[in-house]
Amino acid sequence: MSITPYPMTFGATLWEKLNSINGFNVVFSNWDYFLEGSLVTLQLTVISVSAGMVLGLIIALMKMSRWRLLSSVAVIYIDFFRGTPLLVQVMLFHFGILPIFMDSGPFLSGVIACSLNSAAYVAEIVRAGIQAVDRGQMEAARSLGMNGSQAMRYVILPQAYKVVIPPMINEFVMLLKDTSLVSVIAVMELTHRGKLLYSTTYEAAWVWGAVCVVYYIMTKTVAMMGDWIERRLATE
Amino acid sequence: MIEVKGIHKSFGRLEVLKGIDFHVSAREVVCVIGPSGSGKSTLLRCINQLETVQSGHIFIDGVEVTDPKTDINALRQQVGMVFQLFNLFPHKTTLENITMAPVILKGMPKAEAEEIAIGLLRKVGLPDKDHVYPAQLSGGQKQRVAIARALAMHPKVMLFDEPTSSLDPEMVGEVLSVMKDLAHEGMTMVVVTHEMGFAREVGHRVIFMDEGIIMEEGTPAAIFDNPQNPRTQSFLSKVL
Repeated sequence: MSITPYPMTFGATLWEKLNSINGFNVVFSNWDYFLEGSLVTLQLTVISVSAGMVLGLIIALMKMSRWRLLSSVAVIYIDFFRGTPLLVQVMLFHFGILPIFMDSGPFLSGVIACSLNSAAYVAEIVRAGIQAVDRGQMEAARSLGMNGSQAMRYVILPQAYKVVIPPMINEFVMLLKDTSLVSVIAVMELTHRGKLLYSTTYEAAWVWGAVCVVYYIMTKTVAMMGDWIERRLATE
Repeated sequence: MIEVKGIHKSFGRLEVLKGIDFHVSAREVVCVIGPSGSGKSTLLRCINQLETVQSGHIFIDGVEVTDPKTDINALRQQVGMVFQLFNLFPHKTTLENITMAPVILKGMPKAEAEEIAIGLLRKVGLPDKDHVYPAQLSGGQKQRVAIARALAMHPKVMLFDEPTSSLDPEMVGEVLSVMKDLAHEGMTMVVVTHEMGFAREVGHRVIFMDEGIIMEEGTPAAIFDNPQNPRTQSFLSKVL
């Protein structure tokens, strides 16, 4: 009894085999296309988180305000942006609200929607951070004669930021992934480029697989940077 | 210097202060003693409006603290407060803890504030601890820095809220001795304390509080050696 050997084609090297696959070629010959897309994604994320941090701080302070009007506005704001899908918010702002005020392109619409959304999450992070600071700190600052905002600025916020950094890095990672939703308004970020490449090549597994890998590299890098920052703060 | 007239204070349904009247003259040291929950700390916190009262009036140096029109921040600059748990700012060095308020609130140049702060640190016996963070200090050292921080604003009155209650026994003495020096310099002081020895030795007048009322007040000798009120007698028999 003899064993029939496999045909010779199966003996080709891995590299030769991969090159015979169309999807592999689609992905690797378009590496710069993905790179540009990931840069747009990063831009969207960095701008939105930065704007979200400023706005989120304001909303957090509003929510803790003694004035009912301010705190109610903040509560409604946070409820709305956390209680509705970002995908819907993106479309609402791009097609519904922003055209009333300006002629905004998809990128600007995407940044605005993501910033407003992120601000709601940041506000809750900041509020938790402020409330984690011991009550005695506020009392000590006030007993020296500082007013509420001086105490906040010089005593409370400088202590709250350490508590706030880990969840803030988490928010950055979440938003980085959520920016994929602005592909629905044709912002040329990573996911939208994946869509376009897929619709011309039909190499679903290769294209979306590659998109996943690029997202993973970005989120992992941010998370590692976050760990580094946390370690530095811990030793400070 | 301090005038308290008929103040009532409730937390929800719990009435903590049930009509308190007392006064503190300039350069006087008044010690407030009494069991836990008697309202002594609340009384002290009402004086600089960390707690608001439901009724009654408080005056400091002729200015009504309880008047909503009074600029309470300006007034608090003249009233130093020392807390049971120190409440130093952990993100600042001891020097920065002391200079912060004068620089921010009085617009004092940093160099001048630091000079004053170093003088104050020397005064409380910590001349070499200027660039240390609070976490590196012992409890007694923290409390002495807290006293220096309050003194940096040149207050007319100092309020002490159980300043030694959270200290290890061997550190109580160093804090009390700083307070004693302050009293001898003529600082007007209201001290809520469980240190009966301090109250007897340094206090000009002792107030015994229980259940939100001033039960008895008088000279240390009168209160400690010859208490009239049965509540005072029973309290002192337990603590002395």
